[in-house]
Amino acid sequence: MDSETADVDLGALLASCPLPLTDYKEIVLAHGSGGRLSHQLIHKIVLPQFRNQLLEPLHDGAIFALGKTRVAFTTDSYVVSPIFFPGGDIGKLAIHGTVNDLAMCGARPLHLSAGFILEEGMAMEEFWRVVQSMREAADAAGVKLVTGDTKVVDRGKADKIFISTSGIGVIPDGVNIHPGRAQIGDKILLSGAMAVHGIAIMSVREGLEFETEIASDTAPLHELVDAMIGTNIDIHVLRDPTRGGITSALTEIAQSAKVGMLLDEARIPINEEVKGACEILGLDPLYVANEGKLLAIVAAPDADLLLSAMKSHPLGQQAAVIGEVTSDHPGLVMMKTRIGGTRVVDMLSGEQLPRIC
Amino acid sequence: MKFLDEYRDEALATKVVDEIRRTVTRPWVLMEVCGGQTHTIVKYGIDRLLPNQIELVHGPGCPVCVTPLEMIDKAHTIAQRPDVIFCSFGDMLRVPGSDADLLVLKSRGADIRVVYSPIDCLKIARANPDKKVVFFAIGFETTAPANAMSVWQARKQKIKNFSILVSHVLVPPAIGSILQSPLNRVQGFLGPGHVCTIMGYREYEPIAERFRVPIVITGFEPTDILQGALMAIQQLEAGIHEVQNQYVRVVQRDGNRVAQDLVNKVFEVCDRKWRGVGSIPKSGYRLRHEFHEYDAELLFNVKELDTQESSTCISGLVLRGVKKPRDCPAFGKQCTPEHPLGATMVSAEGACAAYYAYGRHLEATNGLRNS
Repeated sequence: MDSETADVDLGALLASCPLPLTDYKEIVLAHGSGGRLSHQLIHKIVLPQFRNQLLEPLHDGAIFALGKTRVAFTTDSYVVSPIFFPGGDIGKLAIHGTVNDLAMCGARPLHLSAGFILEEGMAMEEFWRVVQSMREAADAAGVKLVTGDTKVVDRGKADKIFISTSGIGVIPDGVNIHPGRAQIGDKILLSGAMAVHGIAIMSVREGLEFETEIASDTAPLHELVDAMIGTNIDIHVLRDPTRGGITSALTEIAQSAKVGMLLDEARIPINEEVKGACEILGLDPLYVANEGKLLAIVAAPDADLLLSAMKSHPLGQQAAVIGEVTSDHPGLVMMKTRIGGTRVVDMLSGEQLPRIC
Repeated sequence: MKFLDEYRDEALATKVVDEIRRTVTRPWVLMEVCGGQTHTIVKYGIDRLLPNQIELVHGPGCPVCVTPLEMIDKAHTIAQRPDVIFCSFGDMLRVPGSDADLLVLKSRGADIRVVYSPIDCLKIARANPDKKVVFFAIGFETTAPANAMSVWQARKQKIKNFSILVSHVLVPPAIGSILQSPLNRVQGFLGPGHVCTIMGYREYEPIAERFRVPIVITGFEPTDILQGALMAIQQLEAGIHEVQNQYVRVVQRDGNRVAQDLVNKVFEVCDRKWRGVGSIPKSGYRLRHEFHEYDAELLFNVKELDTQESSTCISGLVLRGVKKPRDCPAFGKQCTPEHPLGATMVSAEGACAAYYAYGRHLEATNGLRNS
């Protein structure tokens, strides 16, 4: 133990830090993670070129009027790998994702478009299965696919299939759902257990395969939203917390509405199997992707009624009030931890990487 | 979840905190050695539950943080070769070298894969006989057995296209180095539970004796940390300095002899440089001579690559518990997890990254309580 640290230059260590590393010169995967780098990419590169009132709220879709009808319009792309996974496939996801983005605007989904980018060499049978699955999902959601496009790229230039869908829906009178409407004192509700989809995908990803019964929770949420709107409660905000998990979704709302939030860790629903998988993989479920789940924000007196409406729908049986909107620390989401401490839950910096120990 | 929820129980945690409050009569500085423990402390807000007299400082036990820059650059040099598949634990991917990080190299076309176990690399090597598969073997004593096993198995299975880039470090020499520093403030340690699962804790006994510091081998769940802190405080208040074992459900005094034997067959102790700290004699492992054909440093001739650490952030002082992340003027400003200036901001287990992830950078500006 007669070790020395003679070559440590304490003076140098105490000096102030030099200039930061420059921004990424290339797109890295973390730019698509739904966390802070995605946020930066949109705010620095995309938004300045297209500034307008409809885009700027960065809601799940744009809301505008056509004559006397208010409509919601949205678009999304799907690149999931593998394309078939427990509980779903890329086709189902492409329908549900866009249906849900419309539902989060309070809209009844009407018509969808689909763009396919196919890789040379993809098995025809697989493409057929994807398209069939999309048709089933569209039928179940009561939407029509009314226009589309197909392109094929060289082998290796895509990963079997990428799908892009856009959708349009009509917003009923009296419904005004918007991230900017989160108000101090409001309650935050989550419709079911978190992190299921992300873990289901990881369980079949090459190199990570593990045996589990966990299947994706992908589902169209418009009927659940219908049931919630049917209570005549004035729902302030809806959001489906997909990639980036519930943390990124809530942080975006907190920043948009300039309010704080306080979550109660013990009340956030999570299934035992998902919790176990997260422990083993070293992942925080608050950042893991969800499908078929929604966050709702309503005035406190309405929370109980809305919760019981959610619980009586098959997709909301595990719904819970997980926190509230606060006046403290605007733009920040805090959490009371399981053992009674508090901490900030911040947006994810990059991809969530498995920890070493 | 069984065997986890019990250790995250609010009532139990409150009980231990109350006991700590009853025990403390004056200020004490405790260091948790492991990055995993730092992570738990900030994730659960444990630092805010403790009485003000107890200061927790964060130790050097984040293997990602202390891997020296020149080793990262060696990894990058190897990973960029077209004939190489470079495998790594996930959190090494974001560590910046002199030029880029592994994620950027991947975006430029390098074949870089995240594995959960070095043994997985053998499967990759068999499936890609025309490629050289290299595993970045970093970590403390905890990861050494699995890394040793990968080399052992590669030789047994006659796999020729597999090698490891070794940057292994050892905890006891680092603790010794902290205690010998004239800047040292640490009065008691929460010892590394996972490391001692492998190594046992006999080697900590002479340290506790020589430097008259209590060392409590501690687990990673919130109530583990609180109980470990309580045991260390009880010793300090009573003027005792022993090695005690809080993590009895996992750690034994002699550790895992089978794992130790394997490690000793494959590795030997050597001097190692620690990022932000400097060179510490006999503080790491390298491959034994008889396993040189699996040594990526030799195979790819990067042995002489030498890099000057360009950033002069205070991570060296943070790693030794002299400074806290927020003492750094760049913390949360120029230095963030997206653009880390130094070692401790890089891994989720690094003290700066843990502070950042759990919002400590935001609190000052939002008037929240400082910890």
